Formats: sequence, structure tokens, C-alpha cells
Amino acid sequence: MFAESDLNARNKRVQGLFRTLFLMMTILLIVPVAIILFTLIAKGGSVISIDFLFTNPTDGMTAGGIFPALLGTVWIVAVALLASVPLGVAAAIYLNEYAGDNWFTRMIQLAIINLAGVPSIVHALFGVGAFVIFFGFGTSILAASLTLAIMTLPVVIVSTRESLRAVPQAFREACWNMGATRWQTIRRVVLPNAVSGILTGVILEVSRTTGETAPIMFTGAAFFLPFLPQGVFDQTMALSLHLFVVATQVPGVPEELPFGVALVLIAMVLIMNSISIAFRMYLRGKKKW
Amino acid sequence: MPEASPTKSSSTKDFDRRDLDWYIDKFVQLIVFFAGISAIIFIIGIFVFITMEGLGFLFEDFTFKEFFLSPFWEPSDEDAPEYGILALIAGTASVTGLAMIVAIPFSLGAAIYIGEFATGKVRETLKVLVELLAAIPSVVWGFIGLSIMNPLIIDLFDVPVGLNVLNAGIILGLMAAPIMTSIAEDALKAVPDRYREAAEALGATRWQVIFKTVLPAAKNGLLGAVLLGVGRGFGETMAVLMATGHAVNIPDSLFDPVRALTATIAAELGETAVGSPHYQALFTIGIFLFIITFLINLTADLIVRGIRKG
Repeated sequence: MFAESDLNARNKRVQGLFRTLFLMMTILLIVPVAIILFTLIAKGGSVISIDFLFTNPTDGMTAGGIFPALLGTVWIVAVALLASVPLGVAAAIYLNEYAGDNWFTRMIQLAIINLAGVPSIVHALFGVGAFVIFFGFGTSILAASLTLAIMTLPVVIVSTRESLRAVPQAFREACWNMGATRWQTIRRVVLPNAVSGILTGVILEVSRTTGETAPIMFTGAAFFLPFLPQGVFDQTMALSLHLFVVATQVPGVPEELPFGVALVLIAMVLIMNSISIAFRMYLRGKKKW
Repeated sequence: MPEASPTKSSSTKDFDRRDLDWYIDKFVQLIVFFAGISAIIFIIGIFVFITMEGLGFLFEDFTFKEFFLSPFWEPSDEDAPEYGILALIAGTASVTGLAMIVAIPFSLGAAIYIGEFATGKVRETLKVLVELLAAIPSVVWGFIGLSIMNPLIIDLFDVPVGLNVLNAGIILGLMAAPIMTSIAEDALKAVPDRYREAAEALGATRWQVIFKTVLPAAKNGLLGAVLLGVGRGFGETMAVLMATGHAVNIPDSLFDPVRALTATIAAELGETAVGSPHYQALFTIGIFLFIITFLINLTADLIVRGIRKG
């Protein structure tokens, strides 16, 4: 009855053509990276062992394990989180619960976008100028962590704000009507309903902080140290910088060693991101409102 | 107040809710306000501190002509140090330019596929994959350029060294693409469904809906995504440090090694004495990077907001 007209057929062909084209582009975006990851695993897999993770590098970093770097990364990330999570969550509470829709709020948003967009090496310069020199922390875990905390602050603010926004307004209104203050409402109603979403953002920040290299190069991470850090005013080795060092700065490193380091680093980052994503999906499924 | 009538004072007392909780509330409001403006304080702080460290150079050795127009970056020459960043700008620009040629078509194509064609499980999976790609640290990308791309380029093109514009451009393109894809997909999602429904009701095919309705409506958001990708490529440090070959050079082919602005700071800051002209010159490059990325982000923000208002 309704025979397909020539125009219709042509339109369908064009649509099919573009659909395939865009699918190919998506695949071409993902496949090279998949190949690269498999190469990393193929070349670095043999290096990884419990010993590799828990022993010190030996022979001028051409042999042995990565323990001090691993531990240093844990230090740096932990201190950075202590600084950025409370600050970021508080900032998000201000933006979502108190701030009006005006030019001042837009300025804050613009500053957050810029904080995320400023090159990591500029954050490093800031860390050197402010924390290492001006505040006199020297090259230390504290200086490195504060630099990273400021750099990754937008991650916490944006994800926390996202989860605060997901709490229905009616929840707040019900609470206000009971005579609760704004803060009581936030603490008893808004935050408990948003806490898992905030956690997703925190995990994401851990992942970001783990992988950053440039901001810690001159603020607290050292190429090689014969001892482990004892406190926040010590320097430390870090996994990301260790990869740079064994890949470019040390002569005579066996070929597989940097592949092994890269594999550990990328595994840490991808596992944390996957946890964050899985957690987010689980929450989305569980949501009752 | 002594003048107030007894009736009034008792009534205000009844309705005065300034108990402990009221004060706590005000106190918290003050704290979160300071946390809220911390982002502004930090941005100003970054500018102030890098300017403070670079100031000595700006007043003494800095000449606009030499800094921006000389291709010679020889800060450690003892007799006549020269601080020209033209070659470094050319290095950054060539690598970022190539990266965008690689990344823009693929990320926009992928965003359209994920946002408009794919459905259900496929869409979710692709989104997760893109998000994971965006998480790979830049030092790992640099290492990939050094250890995987480098021999590959030497083999494929029969050149002596594979650390060059081509290598860094591709690496940077692969790095920027996932981020641009997510932002572009957000821009497509921001186009209201009623636009699509209206076009479909007129008998348009999916492709016609996308090409004639969705893309024009998302034009600004997509442009914003591209700009943020440029900003990202411009500011990338570790990957370009490891994959460009790090030679001060104005490139005239894809196989020339170059050196980027960011990489210069990363490579040299550790070797300079605090307060020396070389050290201050590196901070001056930092000021330049800060201003450029600030402008890029500001423009992207204005463009994206423009569409929301209109």
C-alpha cells in the first residue's frame, strides 16, 4: 500500500551510512587504547609480583620493587584528601544550599572551572611559590598534598554538588516546616541522603590524585630516597614520578621494569574509577524517589 | 532597650529564636561561605604567587620582543642568556594542533553515536569505557609515547627517532578525545527532547533529526567542548615532556622533535637556583600559560552559557 518512495530509501541509506561512520569513530577511539593496555599487560605483567610491590628498589633503581613509591603515593593522597574533602564538601554545600543564582555565584563557578583547567605545571609553580617557599613547608608531603588538594578540589565540589542537587527539595521543606534550622536540615536530612554520592566523587578524586605527576615533582616527591617518610614534613617517592624516573632518567633499566610500574599505576587508577562507576550505578538502581 | 513598651518586649521574647541552634546555624553558614569562595581565593592566589616569583624577571631581563619573538631559548648560556619562547610556543601549538585534528572528528563522532544512536546497554558500556579512558594518567600516556609509539613510528616511517610532533600529537589526541566526547555528549543531552520529537513528527529520519535539529541546537556546547579540549592539550605536561623529543625547534615537518612550554618548566625548574633569572623566566612562562588557559576557559564558559540563556 505504502510503497517506499525513492526519497525515503535514500534517506534510510544516508542514515545507515552515518550511523556506521560514527560507530566506526567510536570504535577507533576505544580500540587503540585497548591495544595499548594489552601491550602494557603483555610487557609488564611478568614483572609484577608480591615482591615487586613490597620491596625497595635496588641497584640504582634498575632492579627490585616499588614499595617506597607506593607508600609515598598513599601518604600524598591521604593528606590531600584530608585537606580537599572537607573544603570541597563545604563549598558544595554553600553553592547548592545557600548561594543564590547571581553574578557572585557565577564568579565562584568560573573560578572552579578555571581551577580544573589551569595546567598542572602551573599548579606546581603555585605550590613551589606558596607552600614550599612562602609558607616554608619546604619540599614535603604537606606541600605536595596541598598543591594536589587545590588542583583536585573541583572534582569534589562538582560531584558533591551533583549529589546534593539530587536530594528532592520536598525533603528540605518538610524539615524546615518542623522548625529545623538550615544547618540542622543539611546535617540530618540532606547529607545522609547524599553521602554515598559524595563518596563516589571522593574515590574519583583519589584516582586523579594518584596519577598526577607534574604538581608533585618540585613540591614534595623525590626521584629516589633511601628512607621512608616519617611525617608530613618529609619528602617521599611517588609512584607516578617513579614511572617518569625509571622511564627517562635512569640508564640501564631493564625494558620490562617501567612497564611493570606503569601497569601498577594504571591498574590502581582504573580499579578506583571502576569502583566509583559501579557504586554510582548501584546507587542509581537503589534510589527510591 | 529601655524605651520599648513592656508588651512589645515580651512578644519579641516569645518569638526570638536566637537559641544555640540559631547561632550554630549562622556559624556554619559563615564557614561554608568561606569554603565557597575558596575557589576564587585559590585562583587569585595562583596568579599572585606565580607573578610574585616571576616578577624579578619581568622587570629586569624581560623584553616583549625577545620573549615572544625570539626562537632561542638559551637561559643557561652564561655570557648572553636568551629567553625567547617563540619555538616553545610553536612546539605547543603544533602538538596541540595535531592533537585536535586527531581528536575533534573522533570525539564529536563518538559523542553523536553514544548520545543519539546507541541505546540501552551499548550506550552505558560505551559511556563507561570513555570515562575510563579519560582516567589514564598523563605520565602513563607519556610512557606509552616513549615506549610503544616511538618504535612504531621508527618502523612505519623509517625515521631515526620517533619522538616528535606526530608522536606527541597522537598521544595528546587520544588523551583529549575521551574528555571532549563526554563534554560533547552532555551538550547533545542538553538539547530538549521535544526538538527531536517535533522533527520526527515531520517525518525526518534519525540522521536528519541529528543533522538539521540537534547539532544546530547543540552548536555552542560542542564548540565549548572543543575549546576545553584545546585548553587541556595546551596545558598537558608529562605526556608532551616524554613524547615530543624535547628539542627547542620550530618544526617544519611532523617528524621534527619539538619542545612545549609546559615541558620546559617541568624539565628545567628542578635545575635552577631559586630567584635566578632562569627560575623567574620559568615562572613568567607559567604566568603566560595561566593567562592563556584562563582566557580559553572563560570563552568556553561564555559560549556554553550563551546557549542556555538564548
